[in-house]
Amino acid sequence: MFPARVAREMPHRYRLEAAKCKKCGAVFFPHRLICRECGHREFDTINVSAIGKLISYTVIHTPASQFKDESPFALGICEFLEGVKITAQVVDIAAADIKTGMDLQIEFRRVQTDGHAGVIGYGYKFVPLI
Amino acid sequence: MRDVAIVGVGMQKWGELWEKSFRDLFVEAALNAISDTKVPKIDHMYIGCMTGGLFVGQEHVGSIMADYLGQKHLAATRVESACASGGAALRCGFIEVASGMSDIVLVGGVEKMTDVSGDGATYALATAADQEYEVFHGATFPGLYALMARAYMERYGATRDQLSAVAVKNHDNGLNNPNAQYQMKLTVQQVNESVMVADPLRILDCSPITDGAAALILCPLSRAKEFSDKPPIKIIGCGMATDSIALHDRRDLTSLDAVRISAEQALKMAGKKIGDINVTEVHDCFTIAEIIVSEALGMFPAGKGALACVNGETRVEGKFPINASGGLKSKGHPVGATGVAQAIEIVHQLRGEAGKRQVKNAKIGMTQNMGGSGGSSVVHIMEVA
Repeated sequence: MFPARVAREMPHRYRLEAAKCKKCGAVFFPHRLICRECGHREFDTINVSAIGKLISYTVIHTPASQFKDESPFALGICEFLEGVKITAQVVDIAAADIKTGMDLQIEFRRVQTDGHAGVIGYGYKFVPLI
Repeated sequence: MRDVAIVGVGMQKWGELWEKSFRDLFVEAALNAISDTKVPKIDHMYIGCMTGGLFVGQEHVGSIMADYLGQKHLAATRVESACASGGAALRCGFIEVASGMSDIVLVGGVEKMTDVSGDGATYALATAADQEYEVFHGATFPGLYALMARAYMERYGATRDQLSAVAVKNHDNGLNNPNAQYQMKLTVQQVNESVMVADPLRILDCSPITDGAAALILCPLSRAKEFSDKPPIKIIGCGMATDSIALHDRRDLTSLDAVRISAEQALKMAGKKIGDINVTEVHDCFTIAEIIVSEALGMFPAGKGALACVNGETRVEGKFPINASGGLKSKGHPVGATGVAQAIEIVHQLRGEAGKRQVKNAKIGMTQNMGGSGGSSVVHIMEVA
């Protein structure tokens, strides 16, 4: 991972910043330069709420090489109050206990590393509610 | 616009073709297509190729293939829309001939996938998903389709056996296709018990990693008789649509809007309804994909596609024969070549030369080629001219 590539995603991955269209109110994560719904080009920056509802999940047994150590791991899509949907790993829960429709919390976590001396990619994962 | 016909087709038996190089694969298929016609020369060439760069370190595909095809200074370029690259190349060729810009156009597709390891192929294919918001978090292609499969199964009550029925049906068809990579019969039980890849999808739900190429020759319909004694196959409809690259940004995980819209465009252009189509090749990269695509094309209502397959409605003798060739599942899926090979199968079907997998009285055929998890879809409709 090129460091600049990691750095420019930080507002979304570290702070869950989303863009809310000033005209139609549609919310996008990550931000966009033009609204997909109405074509407007001005947005307010908002934060995605911390709790979302799991709408589907899978358990990946044949991951890309940088995720080999964690395999098998669960990956899910959560829908948030603001209307955005996000894909991330579902962790700190046994695969058998994961159920579609459950509420999950989004937490700041290490997602992947670039080898021994490489860039550490931080971001978010879904975890059960405390 | 001029009417456009397919007058020649060519490919080879697909598989793990370690003895054949990227360039040889393409040239072999292209020469087979040229030999299927009497064309004296080619005016332009479009090549579908998803990622020669990641699979064999080779970009600039137009140049290398034109040279090795012996077509000095031929106008040639590569077209990329992930796994829909072949269909997108066919669309370019269709527009090229229809517009009057060129008369004889070779549309090809190629992918050399087995020179990299399984990990390398997983990485290369994942570039068709959202790198920063899906792949960064560990998503793979089987993983994305697994998210669709679980959502579909939970919403509509589809079962493990119903998914497996798609693989079983396509392998039954592939047994009759000498060019198919995996000519082997499968049972529901074998699919159900195969290795888990991304729950609920197992290895036998997935299309394979394949080396292969495919090519066809287009010309104005008015000149088709000059170049072939076989019935010219007229392209009567062409549609293409995109959707969000990220699965999570879609309206619904169990629908494929790009497929629906591209099919609506193609049917409108052709002046046909889905019920008029006699034979269809769809993008069954995973069993769940064929089910959802069959619904998006309008063949079956949402949630009924899985049962339709189990009931035999998509078999060669059914109401909507799907993937008589064996589909991606049995024939193989060299990603850039797939869309072109789908059109080749429809040409064989409409010419009545598909042998044991021939759909009876096939007059109108359709292809649906998909990129990514549904971020691109290209549909073509053809009929015997």
